[in-house]
Amino acid sequence: MPTADELKTRIEEAIPGAQAQVEDLTGGGDHFRAEVVSDRFDGLSRIDQHKLVYDVFGSEVGGPIHALSLKTSIPGGN
Amino acid sequence: MTNAEIRAFLEEAISENSVMLFMKGTPDQPACGFSMRTSAALNSLGVKYAALDILPDPRIRQELSDLSGWPTIPQLFVDGELVGGSDIVMEMFESGELAELLGVEQPELEAEPEPEQPVQQRPIGLENRLN
Repeated sequence: MPTADELKTRIEEAIPGAQAQVEDLTGGGDHFRAEVVSDRFDGLSRIDQHKLVYDVFGSEVGGPIHALSLKTSIPGGN
Repeated sequence: MTNAEIRAFLEEAISENSVMLFMKGTPDQPACGFSMRTSAALNSLGVKYAALDILPDPRIRQELSDLSGWPTIPQLFVDGELVGGSDIVMEMFESGELAELLGVEQPELEAEPEPEQPVQQRPIGLENRLN
Protein backbone atom coordinates (compact mmCIF):
# COMPACT_ATOMS: atom_id res chain seq x y z
CA MET A 1 0.00 0.00 0.00
CA PRO A 2 1.55 3.34 -1.01
CA THR A 3 2.23 5.99 1.60
CA ALA A 4 2.11 9.77 1.27
CA ASP A 5 5.90 9.93 1.69
CA GLU A 6 6.40 7.37 -1.06
CA LEU A 7 4.22 9.36 -3.45
CA LYS A 8 6.08 12.55 -2.58
CA THR A 9 9.44 10.92 -3.29
CA ARG A 10 8.28 9.43 -6.54
CA ILE A 11 6.86 12.73 -7.79
CA GLU A 12 10.01 14.64 -6.85
CA GLU A 13 12.28 12.04 -8.46
CA ALA A 14 10.25 11.84 -11.67
CA ILE A 15 9.86 15.60 -12.11
CA PRO A 16 13.29 17.09 -11.39
CA GLY A 17 13.14 20.20 -9.26
CA ALA A 18 9.52 19.60 -8.27
CA GLN A 19 8.40 20.07 -4.73
CA ALA A 20 5.49 17.99 -3.62
CA GLN A 21 3.34 17.92 -0.55
CA VAL A 22 1.29 14.79 -0.28
CA GLU A 23 -1.46 14.02 2.16
CA ASP A 24 -3.18 10.70 2.71
CA LEU A 25 -6.76 11.91 2.92
CA THR A 26 -8.28 8.89 4.59
CA GLY A 27 -5.26 7.22 6.16
CA GLY A 28 -6.17 4.19 4.09
CA GLY A 29 -3.37 4.53 1.52
CA ASP A 30 -5.72 4.94 -1.43
CA HIS A 31 -7.03 8.52 -1.45
CA PHE A 32 -4.32 11.15 -1.71
CA ARG A 33 -4.05 14.83 -2.30
CA ALA A 34 -0.87 16.32 -3.73
CA GLU A 35 0.26 19.88 -4.23
CA VAL A 36 3.10 20.03 -6.69
CA VAL A 37 5.20 23.06 -7.54
CA SER A 38 7.54 22.84 -10.53
CA ASP A 39 9.10 24.89 -13.30
CA ARG A 40 8.23 22.07 -15.64
CA PHE A 41 4.59 23.18 -15.59
CA ASP A 42 5.47 26.51 -17.18
CA GLY A 43 3.67 26.91 -20.47
CA LEU A 44 1.50 23.82 -19.96
CA SER A 45 -2.27 23.87 -19.65
CA ARG A 46 -3.64 22.78 -16.31
CA ILE A 47 -4.70 19.50 -17.82
CA ASP A 48 -1.19 18.80 -19.14
CA GLN A 49 0.28 19.76 -15.76
CA HIS A 50 -1.94 17.20 -14.06
CA LYS A 51 -1.18 14.58 -16.69
CA LEU A 52 2.53 15.03 -16.03
CA VAL A 53 1.94 14.09 -12.39
CA TYR A 54 -0.48 11.28 -13.16
CA ASP A 55 2.06 9.84 -15.60
CA VAL A 56 4.44 9.29 -12.67
CA PHE A 57 2.08 6.60 -11.41
CA GLY A 58 0.72 5.19 -14.65
CA SER A 59 -2.06 2.70 -14.14
CA GLU A 60 -1.66 2.80 -10.34
CA VAL A 61 -3.93 5.86 -10.39
CA GLY A 62 -7.40 4.45 -10.61
CA GLY A 63 -5.98 1.15 -9.37
CA PRO A 64 -4.28 0.87 -5.95
CA ILE A 65 -4.23 4.67 -5.77
CA HIS A 66 -7.97 5.08 -5.97
CA ALA A 67 -7.87 8.85 -6.10
CA LEU A 68 -5.09 11.40 -6.43
CA SER A 69 -6.40 14.90 -6.09
CA LEU A 70 -3.99 17.43 -7.58
CA LYS A 71 -3.11 21.05 -7.35
CA THR A 72 -0.23 22.12 -9.53
CA SER A 73 1.56 25.44 -9.72
CA ILE A 74 4.67 27.14 -11.02
CA PRO A 75 7.10 28.59 -8.45
CA GLY A 76 6.26 32.18 -7.73
CA GLY A 77 3.13 32.19 -9.84
CA ASN A 78 0.06 30.32 -10.83
CA MET B 1 -20.51 -5.13 -27.07
CA THR B 2 -16.91 -5.49 -28.12
CA ASN B 3 -14.23 -3.15 -26.81
CA ALA B 4 -14.10 -1.48 -30.21
CA GLU B 5 -17.83 -0.87 -30.08
CA ILE B 6 -17.53 0.67 -26.62
CA ARG B 7 -14.72 2.86 -27.86
CA ALA B 8 -16.76 4.00 -30.86
CA PHE B 9 -19.74 4.69 -28.61
CA LEU B 10 -17.61 6.86 -26.31
CA GLU B 11 -16.05 8.74 -29.21
CA GLU B 12 -19.49 9.45 -30.60
CA ALA B 13 -20.75 10.63 -27.20
CA ILE B 14 -17.82 13.05 -26.94
CA SER B 15 -18.19 14.42 -30.43
CA GLU B 16 -21.98 14.73 -30.40
CA ASN B 17 -22.48 16.27 -26.98
CA SER B 18 -20.95 19.69 -26.54
CA VAL B 19 -20.89 19.19 -22.77
CA MET B 20 -20.25 15.56 -21.93
CA LEU B 21 -19.64 14.27 -18.41
CA PHE B 22 -18.41 10.76 -17.70
CA MET B 23 -19.10 9.92 -14.09
CA LYS B 24 -19.73 7.20 -11.56
CA GLY B 25 -23.48 7.01 -11.14
CA THR B 26 -25.86 9.60 -12.52
CA PRO B 27 -26.35 13.31 -11.82
CA ASP B 28 -29.37 12.37 -9.68
CA GLN B 29 -27.62 9.48 -7.98
CA PRO B 30 -23.88 10.05 -8.10
CA ALA B 31 -21.92 7.06 -6.81
CA CYS B 32 -18.78 8.94 -5.78
CA GLY B 33 -18.05 12.29 -4.14
CA PHE B 34 -15.85 13.49 -6.99
CA SER B 35 -18.54 12.75 -9.55
CA MET B 36 -21.13 14.36 -7.29
CA ARG B 37 -19.20 17.62 -6.97
CA THR B 38 -18.53 17.82 -10.68
CA SER B 39 -22.12 17.29 -11.73
CA ALA B 40 -23.29 19.66 -8.98
CA ALA B 41 -21.03 22.37 -10.42
CA LEU B 42 -22.61 21.93 -13.84
CA ASN B 43 -26.07 21.90 -12.29
CA SER B 44 -25.45 25.12 -10.45
CA LEU B 45 -24.33 26.79 -13.68
CA GLY B 46 -27.62 25.72 -15.21
CA VAL B 47 -25.99 24.25 -18.32
CA LYS B 48 -27.39 21.35 -20.24
CA TYR B 49 -25.07 18.39 -20.40
CA ALA B 50 -25.00 14.74 -21.24
CA ALA B 51 -23.82 12.32 -18.59
CA LEU B 52 -22.72 8.74 -18.90
CA ASP B 53 -22.42 6.36 -15.99
CA ILE B 54 -19.20 4.39 -16.43
CA LEU B 55 -20.00 1.81 -13.76
CA PRO B 56 -22.17 -0.69 -15.69
CA ASP B 57 -19.16 -2.20 -17.49
CA PRO B 58 -15.51 -1.91 -16.36
CA ARG B 59 -14.42 -1.73 -19.99
CA ILE B 60 -16.10 1.68 -20.35
CA ARG B 61 -13.62 3.23 -17.96
CA GLN B 62 -10.69 1.41 -19.53
CA GLU B 63 -11.57 2.56 -23.03
CA LEU B 64 -12.32 6.10 -21.86
CA SER B 65 -8.97 6.46 -20.10
CA ASP B 66 -7.19 4.99 -23.12
CA LEU B 67 -8.71 7.54 -25.42
CA SER B 68 -8.46 10.56 -23.11
CA GLY B 69 -5.13 9.78 -21.45
CA TRP B 70 -6.78 10.67 -18.15
CA PRO B 71 -6.73 7.99 -15.45
CA THR B 72 -9.60 8.92 -13.16
CA ILE B 73 -13.33 9.55 -13.19
CA PRO B 74 -15.10 11.97 -13.58
CA GLN B 75 -14.00 13.42 -16.89
CA LEU B 76 -15.61 16.46 -18.43
CA PHE B 77 -15.41 17.14 -22.16
CA VAL B 78 -16.48 20.43 -23.72
CA ASP B 79 -16.67 20.68 -27.51
CA GLY B 80 -14.83 17.40 -27.84
CA GLU B 81 -11.90 18.45 -25.64
CA LEU B 82 -11.07 17.04 -22.23
CA VAL B 83 -11.38 19.86 -19.70
CA GLY B 84 -10.37 17.79 -16.71
CA GLY B 85 -11.40 15.77 -13.74
CA SER B 86 -13.02 17.03 -10.57
CA ASP B 87 -10.03 19.06 -9.29
CA ILE B 88 -9.70 21.08 -12.47
CA VAL B 89 -13.44 21.43 -12.95
CA MET B 90 -13.89 22.65 -9.37
CA GLU B 91 -10.97 25.07 -9.64
CA MET B 92 -12.42 26.44 -12.87
CA PHE B 93 -15.89 26.59 -11.37
CA GLU B 94 -14.69 28.59 -8.39
CA SER B 95 -12.65 31.00 -10.50
CA GLY B 96 -15.47 31.58 -12.99
CA GLU B 97 -13.47 30.05 -15.87
CA LEU B 98 -15.94 27.21 -16.24
CA ALA B 99 -18.88 29.60 -16.65
CA GLU B 100 -16.85 31.50 -19.22
CA LEU B 101 -15.93 28.33 -21.12
CA LEU B 102 -19.56 27.25 -21.18
CA GLY B 103 -20.83 30.71 -22.05
CA VAL B 104 -23.06 31.11 -19.03
CA GLU B 105 -23.29 33.57 -16.16
CA GLN B 106 -21.45 32.69 -13.01
CA PRO B 107 -24.09 32.29 -10.32
CA GLU B 108 -23.79 34.22 -7.11
CA LEU B 109 -21.56 32.04 -5.03
CA GLU B 110 -23.01 30.82 -1.81
CA ALA B 111 -19.57 31.14 -0.27
CA GLU B 112 -20.52 34.69 0.74
CA PRO B 113 -20.84 34.57 4.48
CA GLU B 114 -24.43 34.69 5.55
CA PRO B 115 -25.22 37.92 7.30
CA GLU B 116 -25.38 37.06 10.91
CA GLN B 117 -28.94 36.74 12.07
CA PRO B 118 -29.53 38.74 15.19
CA VAL B 119 -30.62 36.33 17.82
CA GLN B 120 -34.19 37.02 18.70
CA GLN B 121 -34.12 37.55 22.40
CA ARG B 122 -37.44 37.05 23.99
CA PRO B 123 -37.95 37.71 27.61
CA ILE B 124 -38.33 34.62 29.68
CA GLY B 125 -42.03 34.36 29.98
CA LEU B 126 -44.09 31.95 31.93
CA GLU B 127 -47.67 31.64 31.01
CA ASN B 128 -49.44 30.64 34.10
CA ARG B 129 -52.48 28.52 33.42
CA LEU B 130 -52.73 27.01 36.85
CA ASN B 131 -55.28 29.50 37.97
